[in-house]
Amino acid sequence: MSNIMNIAIQAGDLTFRYPSQQEGEGRPVFEDLNLQIQEGSFVAILGHNGCGKSTLAKHFNAILLPEGGSVTVFGLDTKEEDALLDIRRTVGMVFQNPDNQMVANVVEEDVAFAPENLGVPSEEIRRRVDNALKAVGMYDYRRHAPHLLSGGQKQRVAIAGVIAMKPRCIVLDEPTAMLDPHGREEVMQTILRLNREQGITVILITHHMTEAICAQRVVVMDKGRILTDGSPKEVFVQVEKLKQAGLTVPVTTELLYRLKQAGYDLPLDALSTEECAQALCNWAKA
Amino acid sequence: MTPIIEVRDLSHTYSRGTPFEHTAVKNMSFTVASGEFLGIIGHTGSGKSTLMQHLNGLLKPEQGDILLKGESIWKDKQSTRQARFRVGLVFQYPEYQLFEETVYKDIAFGPKNMKLKEEEIRRRVYRAAHFVGLPEDVMEKSPFELSGGQKRRVAIAGVIAMEPEVIIFDEPTAGLDPAGCQSLLDNIAQYRKETGATILMVSHSMDDVARLADRLLVLNHGSIEMLGSPAEVFRQAKRLKEIGLSVPQVTELFLRLKELGLAVDAATYTPEEALSQLLRLKGGC
Repeated sequence: MSNIMNIAIQAGDLTFRYPSQQEGEGRPVFEDLNLQIQEGSFVAILGHNGCGKSTLAKHFNAILLPEGGSVTVFGLDTKEEDALLDIRRTVGMVFQNPDNQMVANVVEEDVAFAPENLGVPSEEIRRRVDNALKAVGMYDYRRHAPHLLSGGQKQRVAIAGVIAMKPRCIVLDEPTAMLDPHGREEVMQTILRLNREQGITVILITHHMTEAICAQRVVVMDKGRILTDGSPKEVFVQVEKLKQAGLTVPVTTELLYRLKQAGYDLPLDALSTEECAQALCNWAKA
Repeated sequence: MTPIIEVRDLSHTYSRGTPFEHTAVKNMSFTVASGEFLGIIGHTGSGKSTLMQHLNGLLKPEQGDILLKGESIWKDKQSTRQARFRVGLVFQYPEYQLFEETVYKDIAFGPKNMKLKEEEIRRRVYRAAHFVGLPEDVMEKSPFELSGGQKRRVAIAGVIAMEPEVIIFDEPTAGLDPAGCQSLLDNIAQYRKETGATILMVSHSMDDVARLADRLLVLNHGSIEMLGSPAEVFRQAKRLKEIGLSVPQVTELFLRLKELGLAVDAATYTPEEALSQLLRLKGGC
């Protein structure tokens, strides 16, 4: 038993299958999956559609329950019915489509929805809503109608709605898939800030390599297993392994990899545009 | 040659006369050549969707006109109806529009509305399914049993089965994984190659449009900001960022390389072009 307080989420020998539409057992999504997420970390989960990323994420706040093994959230077992409210309050989820997550006609009422349901006193709700909207940079829009906001703004309001519950962990399932480049940037900056300044544990499911690079740790899933797990640099240098699993690598890595294949000596872990530019510059001038 | 589409001084204002009055498209004029692949980029609210809905007559221009092969789609009732068949529109997340009992019936819905013969409908359904890469054994399944990526293919096949001269895609790859994106874009490129259809594609992915489009139309607050080849457009990286867009990652990298003093073309936008430039540079030293 290492220091349990430092672990935000732990999946131990997790097995799960969706009920099959036909006769028989149904294909397991995971078998004996093990994963630990440290409190305060920023973890990106990558993998192609159908690899089990979203199913895993839904285990993190007890939307789905394990068939075998266990999931614990800050020490609480998700199978404990009595712990359900605490778990939902501790781990907030943000989904892909912001339009499906709006419930009220005014931004601040939307953000107040969760704390209202939790029975938080109204003065405290006011404070939490204001703070949450400030944290995502949407305070000036508190009296606006959500449907008139841009995609990036709506998604930030959805994140504020989660923050107003004061969660210790936020799970975001492809939050930028429907956004334009500017909206994507807004949402990523917000997530990074919440992680750094408020110490909220962030789990980001994404298809965008540029977003995965921002995380401290990248977990790559394939067919319900963890294919590889490490810092972005450790993960993306494994170009062949990722490609075999039908995944891509960041464009920077791809270029360096192809030059390497052409016989040149270049570091594959120059992930950011700046690092890659420096590496290429040194190489070209050498 | 007459352009397949001509947008002539188009303007559209929503909720005119109310406090919510909003001009989504302002005095827009451009043409699309037959067989061209036009990429359309712009921030949320730049007027992309409003423009697209004009192109097949879903919205009636408040001002200006839409011409299909030189004739207004609003000339008479028949022209407007025909425009809906001749210009196919694949909306964002089209899989939410599936409704039939089987994949076959769903794809056949459009051709049926065109009052085609059963045999012709069958031919078109199978051809469309082939173009989007759907295996034949899914045809009798319920579309709701399929994966998200396959559902989207069914929805796209439904539009292709009407055999439109122009297909407009609104973010066809949103939410797909990189491999799914790639294969869908390959299918679209192949379809265009085999049929000579004109393709318009709205995308938030600069990398996708950079790779496929002949020209890019850049919209900003309801007006045309730029119209030109990908190289011409991505050369204006600074302006693109000012209007909430970005450049492909490769372009970003090459802009930096140029700043660092390497003799590269900053308007490089595909990894292949990037690689050959770098190799040339190294070889030349």
